[in-house]
Amino acid sequence: MTEFFTNTGLGIGLVLVGQVLLIMLPLLAALAFLMYADRKIWAAVMMRRGPNVVGVFGLLQSFADLLKYVVKEVVVPAGADRAVFFLAPMVSLVMALIAWAVIPFNEGWVLSDINVAILYVFAISSLEVYGVIMGGWASNSKYPFLGSLRSAAQMISYEVSIGLIIIGVIISAGSMNLSAIVQSQDGAGGIFSWYWLAHFPMLFLFFISALAETNRPPFDLPEAESELVAGYQVEYSSTPFLLFMIGELVAVVLMCALVSLLFLGGWLSPVGFLPDGFFWMFIKMLFVFFMFSMVKAITPRYRYDQLMRLGWKVFLPMSLAWVVFVAFAAKFEWFWGVYARWTVGG
Amino acid sequence: MIVFTFYLFAICVIAGGLFTVVSRNAVHSVLWLILSFLSAAGLFVLLGAEFVAMLLIIVYVGAVAVLFLFVVMMLDVDFAELKAEMARYMPLALLIGLVILMQFVMAFGAWEQSDAAEGLRAQVTDPTRFNTEALGLILYDDYFLLFQLAGLILLVAMIGAIVLTLRHRQDVKRQNPIEQMMRDPAKAMELKDVKPGQGL
Repeated sequence: MTEFFTNTGLGIGLVLVGQVLLIMLPLLAALAFLMYADRKIWAAVMMRRGPNVVGVFGLLQSFADLLKYVVKEVVVPAGADRAVFFLAPMVSLVMALIAWAVIPFNEGWVLSDINVAILYVFAISSLEVYGVIMGGWASNSKYPFLGSLRSAAQMISYEVSIGLIIIGVIISAGSMNLSAIVQSQDGAGGIFSWYWLAHFPMLFLFFISALAETNRPPFDLPEAESELVAGYQVEYSSTPFLLFMIGELVAVVLMCALVSLLFLGGWLSPVGFLPDGFFWMFIKMLFVFFMFSMVKAITPRYRYDQLMRLGWKVFLPMSLAWVVFVAFAAKFEWFWGVYARWTVGG
Repeated sequence: MIVFTFYLFAICVIAGGLFTVVSRNAVHSVLWLILSFLSAAGLFVLLGAEFVAMLLIIVYVGAVAVLFLFVVMMLDVDFAELKAEMARYMPLALLIGLVILMQFVMAFGAWEQSDAAEGLRAQVTDPTRFNTEALGLILYDDYFLLFQLAGLILLVAMIGAIVLTLRHRQDVKRQNPIEQMMRDPAKAMELKDVKPGQGL
């Protein structure tokens, strides 16, 4: 039996499909409750109740929304480029999902343990912009088109600083494999060995860039529901719109996973006497997601020129200077070698 | 399995390239070009050059093709007219294509390799190292100067582009974020207690 699953092409294929489902189904199920949690946290900060009608405490609200989206009519605008119009939401969702192939949840719990994993995630997240541009263009209307240009410019700008911050972590870890990056954070100091301390300012820069990259408030300028129509999604309805929404949320959760892996030690236990395990990874991801929600609740929206200024004139020079600093600190082993960790862990 | 994947990517590269040329809509052309880039990245992965593959996606698909797409969407060019012009040069293009094809046939038909040459070509670097590590060592140890010079050329090009397009317009209102942040809330707004029936 094991022979079949390890040697024959069909067997290996079946195992792969099983692994993919094992990642995707819990992820998509978790999304429903994360969306609910997002709304509940937002409501709690505003002293509202939030969704509380469907199911116990409104727990099934997301499923009701899902059903509502699916059964509505798909409206395609006249003059829209049909192929690209329907391709765009699919690109948006698929690009968000395939990045999970390299995310490790525990020691060895990873679908594809490639040695350029972080570059792969970065490459895939740079492709997410295509869903936005294609959607805006294919709608054949000027509002989605202008919305998509704004959104695309925003996503591209913040990718630059995300890339530079990741380079700092790579220099410290000496590897681009996400598992190796987590292992290099393993040290006697427990929670203080993780990169959030060594790369302290970058944790915040990465978090803020992630907010902008995933179009979350306070950088939700593409959507800006109180000022604009819904940006590049104006002409979308029903399931295509749902795909855009799920894609956006999957990208948010992916960013939560990246923050946990790069800065918060992934599945490592914060203190020595507790065992490492995948639950730490989930707790950290939930914590980062909670921060995403809190930011949404407590910050006012940025103006577009402020957004661009922050990305190009503040974050880019800061992260660039940080790369230079980390490079020197790693080379000459300043600060007891905390920046040269490839000798310590991985 | 690898053979199957290779042919999948190879067909996608060729089909993408073909449709880039023949599609009527310029935006579709760019999208086909992106398919072509992605498949080429897949071919690099099959060759074991995963770092180059990722760079191809990040640089070409993630940045260059986005700019192409922006430009093509914004341009108001009648591409049908350009296409019609293309027909005029078709014989010349076919001739060039034929010459290249003949050269390939002649080169690969009569080409013979010694086994030693094959080995030399396959083993540029230490096989125990990963692709990324090996590339880094070669670039920063052996070809450090050339690598830095290439970077310098790019920097010059970048500065040149900025200098060419930079102009300071005096007649526009600008946001001054520092001033806005330093504003005193007490001076910025005034609270008035409006009596009922009186107004201000």
